[in-house]
Amino acid sequence: MQPLDLEVPLQLMTALGPDLVLMGGAMILLLWAAWRPESAAHQRNVALASIIVAAAAGGMVWMYLLKGYTATVGPVAVDNFRWMADLIILIGTIFAIALAREDNDRQGVGVAESHVLILLASSGMMLLVAARDLMILFIAVELMSIAVYALAGLNRRSGRGAEGALKYFLLGAFSSAFLLYGIALIYGATGTVNLGEIANRLLVEGVATSPLFLAGIGLLLVGFSFKIAAVPFHMWAPDVYDGAPSHVTAYMAATVKAAAFAAFLRVWIEAFPGAYESWHSALAAIAIVTMIVGNAIGLAQKNLKRLLAYSSIGHAGYLLVAIASTSLAGASAMLFYLFIYTLATFGAFAVVVALSKKDSNVVLIDDLSGLWATRPWLAVSMAVIMLSLLGFPIFGGAGFVAKWYILQVALQARLPQTLLAIVLVLTTVVSAGYYLRVIMVMFMRAPAENAEQAPPAAPLTRLVLAVTVASILVLGVYPNWFQRVASRGFPQVEESTLEGFSRALDRMRR
Amino acid sequence: MTAFLDSIGYMSWVLPALLVIPVIGAMIVLLIPKGGTAPGGDEIAGGTAGTVRWVAFLTLLIECLVSLGLWWSFDPAAPNWQAAFDAPWIPNWGIRFTLGIDGISLMMILLTTVIMVLSVLGSWTGIRTRLRGYYAMMLILTTGMLGVFMALDLFLFYVMWEVMLVPMYFIIGIWGGERRIYASVKFFIYTMVGSMLMLAAIIYLGLHAANPATGIPNFSYDAILAGARVAPNAALWLFGAFFLAFAVKVPMFPFHTWLPDAHVEAPTAGSVVLAAVMLKLGTFGFLRLAVPLFPEAAMREDVRAVILGLAVIGIIYGALVSLVQPDFKKLVAYSSVSHLGFVMLGIFAMTVQSVQGALLVMINHGISTGALFLLIGMIYERRHTRMIDAYGGIARTVPLFATVLTLVSLSSIGVPGTNGFVGEFLVLLGAFRTHPYLAIISATAVIFAAAYLLWAIQRILFNPLSKPENEHIPDLNRRELALLTPLIIAIVWLGVYPQPVLHRMETAATAFVQRVNAATGRPAPSTTPGSP
Repeated sequence: MQPLDLEVPLQLMTALGPDLVLMGGAMILLLWAAWRPESAAHQRNVALASIIVAAAAGGMVWMYLLKGYTATVGPVAVDNFRWMADLIILIGTIFAIALAREDNDRQGVGVAESHVLILLASSGMMLLVAARDLMILFIAVELMSIAVYALAGLNRRSGRGAEGALKYFLLGAFSSAFLLYGIALIYGATGTVNLGEIANRLLVEGVATSPLFLAGIGLLLVGFSFKIAAVPFHMWAPDVYDGAPSHVTAYMAATVKAAAFAAFLRVWIEAFPGAYESWHSALAAIAIVTMIVGNAIGLAQKNLKRLLAYSSIGHAGYLLVAIASTSLAGASAMLFYLFIYTLATFGAFAVVVALSKKDSNVVLIDDLSGLWATRPWLAVSMAVIMLSLLGFPIFGGAGFVAKWYILQVALQARLPQTLLAIVLVLTTVVSAGYYLRVIMVMFMRAPAENAEQAPPAAPLTRLVLAVTVASILVLGVYPNWFQRVASRGFPQVEESTLEGFSRALDRMRR
Repeated sequence: MTAFLDSIGYMSWVLPALLVIPVIGAMIVLLIPKGGTAPGGDEIAGGTAGTVRWVAFLTLLIECLVSLGLWWSFDPAAPNWQAAFDAPWIPNWGIRFTLGIDGISLMMILLTTVIMVLSVLGSWTGIRTRLRGYYAMMLILTTGMLGVFMALDLFLFYVMWEVMLVPMYFIIGIWGGERRIYASVKFFIYTMVGSMLMLAAIIYLGLHAANPATGIPNFSYDAILAGARVAPNAALWLFGAFFLAFAVKVPMFPFHTWLPDAHVEAPTAGSVVLAAVMLKLGTFGFLRLAVPLFPEAAMREDVRAVILGLAVIGIIYGALVSLVQPDFKKLVAYSSVSHLGFVMLGIFAMTVQSVQGALLVMINHGISTGALFLLIGMIYERRHTRMIDAYGGIARTVPLFATVLTLVSLSSIGVPGTNGFVGEFLVLLGAFRTHPYLAIISATAVIFAAAYLLWAIQRILFNPLSKPENEHIPDLNRRELALLTPLIIAIVWLGVYPQPVLHRMETAATAFVQRVNAATGRPAPSTTPGSP
């Protein structure tokens, strides 16, 4: 098939097809959602329509993936990596809207626009994973972030929600500034914002080591670290995750993070391998600290949502290992991991939603006492999810396979990341401390006497839980098909990038 | 017998069947509707309790009968893997579902299937709550343990190694004693610390055995054994990772501290399985993976000295700590540290005799300690205490129990004529040829063993019958006698005529020693079978 020529407007439209479907759908739904007075039926209809729009965009992405489009060098990428990241984002979108139904009911939030805000955030993410141009990347980050700021403060009557939303907004704006300043400096050093072009310029002697460029790459690293909540730029995450409505927390912890990671990996693997020696130790250090701190603080949590927040920081550390290995296989491993992580996170938050009492989204770990006796299916599902996040084979399903994949690419990299692999396995043991505690409380403690019981879960919540748990278990035993798909999820990397990487490695060996 | 088994193609399907049968049983158990419960969650009175127990028992009985065919079909002289089974699993990563056994895994599989039947019988009335969960866990545990003994792919080995962890965690944590939660978490975390580093090491090995043309890694045991070339320095670290995983499981001093907690808090069947089978997984790991994969690293003088030193410390320390235990179950738990020290001594003394002895000790310890834990469970169900002081003179009220306990204790001590003697004797004999001083020190532990066990049974069985609550303990019932009988037969049979067992393990043991000696460039030892 002819590669799409991104200079031609119609072909550029084709390349942006799924994004346009989602964005256009979101615009129309926003009008419709605001037009009618608030009612339960209206909320349900908007939610349903939003799911349909997301599914339509997903179907289109799937079609593009099968057709195997390619494109000339341009502002957006047309590659498998993008389509697969899109699918992960859209699956997360659908899960989030499905959970929003019950979560909004229980928290007494009655705004139909919230579903559309999720769609808008997702369209920003889809643009984010497509961007091969730092300016588009920045616009996409903002498009995504502004919608998520609003989502975080969705529950206007909740003080903690408002606190979290404000923190998220301030730190988000702060990190955007880092990103933008970094982009400016990189433009100053290389004279371009296109990722492929940056890789080309890095071949010129002296550019990769110029102070301007190093400052730019450092600021970009800080900006991305904020977005993925890597230590030491993670401070906002626990408060925001705790205060936001549960379905939004799941969406932030899984989908927003997935999109940010995909963009992070794309920038680093397409533009910066030529300066490998200048950023690698910084990235590895952030990965190590993130794995250690996220998992160690997770041990001290009493609140289930905060626990999941710290666990998601730990997982960000594991994913950074995939980026640090700087290989195409690392991109596949990251996609595989993000998919499984999305399933597990939404499963876990489906349990949180199911256990939330009316007008309170605080679920303590102790509230799970004896869950096996009172709600066995919920307890067994949660146990599978916890073991999956722990990366335990068979019982934890695909969580183990995903972790295996990351370890494999880390040790297989051109410069093997043995240290990162060892830290990864050791911090996994630390994380067992809190994941097991959840299981222990559910199975080994007696139910609390006369505790207020949460009402039974709505069908949609149960469906999300069943789908995530079943997928995790099936993919854990038979990951072949999915692994084959993911193994083709490469970003579009130019010859010059590989050349620059080889030269950087040579310089390091010298 | 062999002709019949051949006619049904037994050797081609037996290993996968052994893995699948318990899983099917577990599913059936979970599908049985929950019966009524008495106050306090007691389900024994409920309508489906009998069905649940019988399904679990029959599943494991079938499992055991199926596995027994291996005893005849196994060719003791053949040097290659037997009953091999191979299927693709994740081809892109070079992972296959490969099973196969040698003489060592043969005996371990038979030990496992027999012990599992007996431990289900042993928990017949001891487990009264959440029966379906309990028996499903026991069945899945069986699959996990058997999988480790059969796996010939390192990915599969790791998966099975972890799979058996979760059921045991639940068995200890839900049905255990007072400090069960502490014990179960400690058990899980300790095991996981070791095994996670092993995971990294396995991936490292698989990548080094990769097909150079395609770059696809290869996790097959044979391929890694033949083709993984790692630098001596890396080999030392990799050996360290495997060592940690297996040393925690064995458990070697000083990694043993999870064991007393887990053994004491676990329900009877849990303790039996832990002692009889799970500890052997650690020593089996040394025999199958850690030593053959890295013979140079394992046989380096300093490494070997440390491991032998820890083994001997474990032997003496375990025996001495057993002496002072007021709790009979804890006494037996610590005696395991001592017995498993003998196994490690036998393996690392690296003579054919000592390795064969180590294998026999593995089996004997499974039988004797398994029987001891079963007996402790039986008396605990009657008196609800395990404190030695609470008993005294009960030989008069429970003569059958007393007879069996005495016999089993003698076998655990290693009195000639019982199974315990043969194994430890061979270990000491073999170790004496390479490390005479260590052998002499270890021999003293046999005396300590006599001291702590004989003293304990004296206080339990033979002192004056001073406590009134001990006067009306019912003696062993028919179920309990039936489940102890096979163990008693094994104790006597292996004590008098261990040749059939030794014969089946000889090829594997000799190959193990020869491979290590060939790799380290030391003279091949005499290959005379080390039967007494």
